[in-house]
Amino acid sequence: MYTKRIIPCLDICNSRVVKGVNFVNLVDAGDPVEQAVLYNKEGADELVFLDITASSDNRDTVVDMVERVAANLFIPFTVGGGIRTVDDVKKILRAGADKVAINSAAIMNPKLISEAAYKFGSQCVVVAIDLKKRSDGSGWNVYKNGGRVDVGIDAFEWAKEACRLGAGELLITSMDADGTKKGFANDITAMISEAVDIPVIASGGAGSKEDFLDVFTKGKADAALAASLFHFKELAIKDLKDYLYENNISVRR
Amino acid sequence: MIAIIDYDAGNIASVIRALDYLGEKWVLTRDKQEILNADKAILPGVGSFKDALDNIRKYELEDVIKTFIASKKPFLGICLGLQLLFDESEESPGVKGLSVLPGVCKKIPASKDIKVPHVGWNSISLQKESKLFKGIPDNSYVYFVHSYYLEATNKEDVAACTDYGVTIHSAIEHDNVFACQFHPEKSSDVGLTIIKNFTSL
Repeated sequence: MYTKRIIPCLDICNSRVVKGVNFVNLVDAGDPVEQAVLYNKEGADELVFLDITASSDNRDTVVDMVERVAANLFIPFTVGGGIRTVDDVKKILRAGADKVAINSAAIMNPKLISEAAYKFGSQCVVVAIDLKKRSDGSGWNVYKNGGRVDVGIDAFEWAKEACRLGAGELLITSMDADGTKKGFANDITAMISEAVDIPVIASGGAGSKEDFLDVFTKGKADAALAASLFHFKELAIKDLKDYLYENNISVRR
Repeated sequence: MIAIIDYDAGNIASVIRALDYLGEKWVLTRDKQEILNADKAILPGVGSFKDALDNIRKYELEDVIKTFIASKKPFLGICLGLQLLFDESEESPGVKGLSVLPGVCKKIPASKDIKVPHVGWNSISLQKESKLFKGIPDNSYVYFVHSYYLEATNKEDVAACTDYGVTIHSAIEHDNVFACQFHPEKSSDVGLTIIKNFTSL
C-alpha cells in the first residue's frame, strides 16, 4: 500500500536545532544528527531541515551539518532555507541531502527550478510556497522572505507553474494557519493537489491527530509536515500513525 | 570487497554512506580487473535509461558486468540499476538494455490517485523465499522514487511486487543476480537489513 507521509521539520540555526514559536525566543534544542536519528526511530517518513541561520557568513556550516546527518540517517531528507543558486543546490545535494526546498529564490528566478530539475532531476527539487488568503477572499497570494512579503501573485497559478517548470514536489505552507494549531488549510491544499500531478506536502496549522486526518482526506495532501507539535512532544509520531491507520489512512508503521 | 560500478550515476554517495555505516569495505571503480576481482558488485543508478547505458558502453562496462554475473558472484542493481539489467524501457525507445534477464520497463500510468513519479513509502509483497529479504516481514515498507517500472518476463525471477495502480516488479532475485527498484539505502532499518543480507552472502 502506498502511504501518506509524516514529516517532522527541524529548524536549524548555526548547525544546531532550535525551537521557538514563530522564530522568536529560540532555544537550543540539540544536535541535528541526534534529533534526526531519534525521529527515524519514532517512525518519521522523511525529515525537513530548515536553515534559519541569519548571518550569511555561517551558511557554509549547513553543508557540514548535512554531511553529518547523511552519514547517520537512512531515510530521505530535504534541506531548505537560503538556497539561491544552482550551485547552492549542488552543494547541499553533494553533501548528502536527497532534496532541496527552494522558496523565495524560485519566485525571483523561476528558471532556478527548471535548471535544478534538469541538472539533478525533478525528484530532488521541492518548491516551497508560503501563501495567505487575500483579504477579499478571492484566492491566495504567494509570500516570500519567510512569509513576510506579499509577492502579489496568485498561489494556485504559481503552484501549477512550479510544477510545469519541473518541481518534483510542492511544500505548501499556509501563513493563515501556521502557528494556530487549528488545522491545515485544507481548501487551498486540495485545490493545488488536484490540479498538479506531483506530490503535495501540507504544512502549517497542525494541532491534533484529527488535523492530519483532515489534511489527508479533505486536503488531498500526499504528506503532512509539522514542527513544534513533534518537537514539544505534544504528539508522538507513533500515536499519530496508529490513529491514522485506524481511520483508514495508509501509513508506514 | 564490494565493487561499486562507477559510470557517473547519481545516488552512489548514498549507497556508499550505507555501506560505511554497516562497516563494509567497498571500492568505487570502473576498472575491469578491480571489478572482476571483487567478491560482490553493486550497480547503482538514478537518471535516464539511455544516459546510463551510453555511459556503461562508453566505459566498456557491459562485458565486465556480464562477465561478473557469469562468475556467479553476488550482484545487486539498485533503482535504475535494476531496470538496466532488462531488455528495454519505454523511457528510451530503441535503446538496448543489458538483457541479463528478460523483461521490459514501462511508464507508470498517471491518474487522479496515482501521481508520477512514484515518490514515497510503499509496501513490498514477497513472492518467494529469498536471500535478499531474509528476516524481513512481508508487506514491509521501502522508499521509492521512479517513473518507470519493471515487468519481468519470468515470474520466477520476481522476489517482490508493489502495487501502485499497476503491479511493479519491485525486487528481483535470480541465482546470483539481485535487484531492487526501491532505495534500500533510504529505507531505514528495513533497507539496511536488505543491504546487510546482500553483503553477508
